[in-house]
Amino acid sequence: MVIRMDVSPQVITVWLSGELDHHAAHSLREQVDAAIERSVAKVLRLDFSGVTFMDSSGIGLIMGRYRLMTARGGRLLVVGASERLLRVMKLAGLEKLPVWERAQQTATPTVRKTAYRRKQKREVTK
Amino acid sequence: MKKPINEMKLIIPSRSANERFARSAVSSFLSQLDPAVDELADLRTAVSEAVTNCIVHAYRDTIGNITIQMRLFADGRTVIKIRDRGCGIDNVEQAMEPLFTTGGDDRSGLGFSVMESFTDRLRVSSKPGKGTVVTMEKYIVVRERQAKHE
Repeated sequence: MVIRMDVSPQVITVWLSGELDHHAAHSLREQVDAAIERSVAKVLRLDFSGVTFMDSSGIGLIMGRYRLMTARGGRLLVVGASERLLRVMKLAGLEKLPVWERAQQTATPTVRKTAYRRKQKREVTK
Repeated sequence: MKKPINEMKLIIPSRSANERFARSAVSSFLSQLDPAVDELADLRTAVSEAVTNCIVHAYRDTIGNITIQMRLFADGRTVIKIRDRGCGIDNVEQAMEPLFTTGGDDRSGLGFSVMESFTDRLRVSSKPGKGTVVTMEKYIVVRERQAKHE
C-alpha cells in the first residue's frame, strides 16, 4: 500500500492506493497517527480512490481514526470509496457516521454554481 | 458425494505479508471457473478475513501454519477450508457476533460478518488449544454452461 500525505494547518489529506488489509493497515495507522500527533489540523481526509481492495481491517482503521479525530474535537472525512469498498463499509454501518464528504460538502458549491449561472443567464437575457 | 473437478492445498506461515498472497492464490485458482468480478472480489475478501483471523487471533504471539484447501465442483460450487493449529476459540457463537472482538481497538470485530455476507455458507468449528477450521462455500455461476442453455 502506497500513501501520499498533504498536511496543512487545517487539513491532513491522505491518499491511499493499493490493497488495504491487516498487513497494510499496520504501518498506515502508524504514519497517519504520527501526522495527527504532529499537526493542529482538525480535519483528517482519507481519500480511498486508489484503493483496489479492502477488508474489515480498513473498517478498523476508519473507526479508529474517527474516534481519534472526534476526541480531538475534529472530524474525519472519507472520500473516493468505490462501490465495492462501500459494500464493506456498509456492513459496519459506516454510512451512518458523519464522515461522508460527498453528501455534506459538495451540495453547497453545486447549488451556488447553479444560482450563479442563473444570475448570469438573466443578465444576458436582459 | 460428487468429486471435485479440481483442488489445491496451500500451506503458509502466519505472516501478515501472506494475507495478500493467500488472496492472490485463491483468485488465480478460481479463475478457471471464469468468475464474475463481484464473485471473485467476494471470495478474495472472505479469504482475507479468514487468513487475518489466523494471524491476529489463532497465532497471536507466534508463527504457525495456515492450511488453505480449495475444491471446485462442476456445478460451480467452490469450497474453501482454512485451518490453523492455533489457540482455538472458546465461544464460537460469541466470536461470530458482529462487532465482537478480542483484537483491541483497531480491529472492527466484523471478520465473520464479512465472511458470512460474501459467501453462501460459512461453518466454523474450533477446539480451544487445538485450532480452528473455517469452511466457506460459494456458488460461482458457470457461464459457459449458461450460454449453452440459452
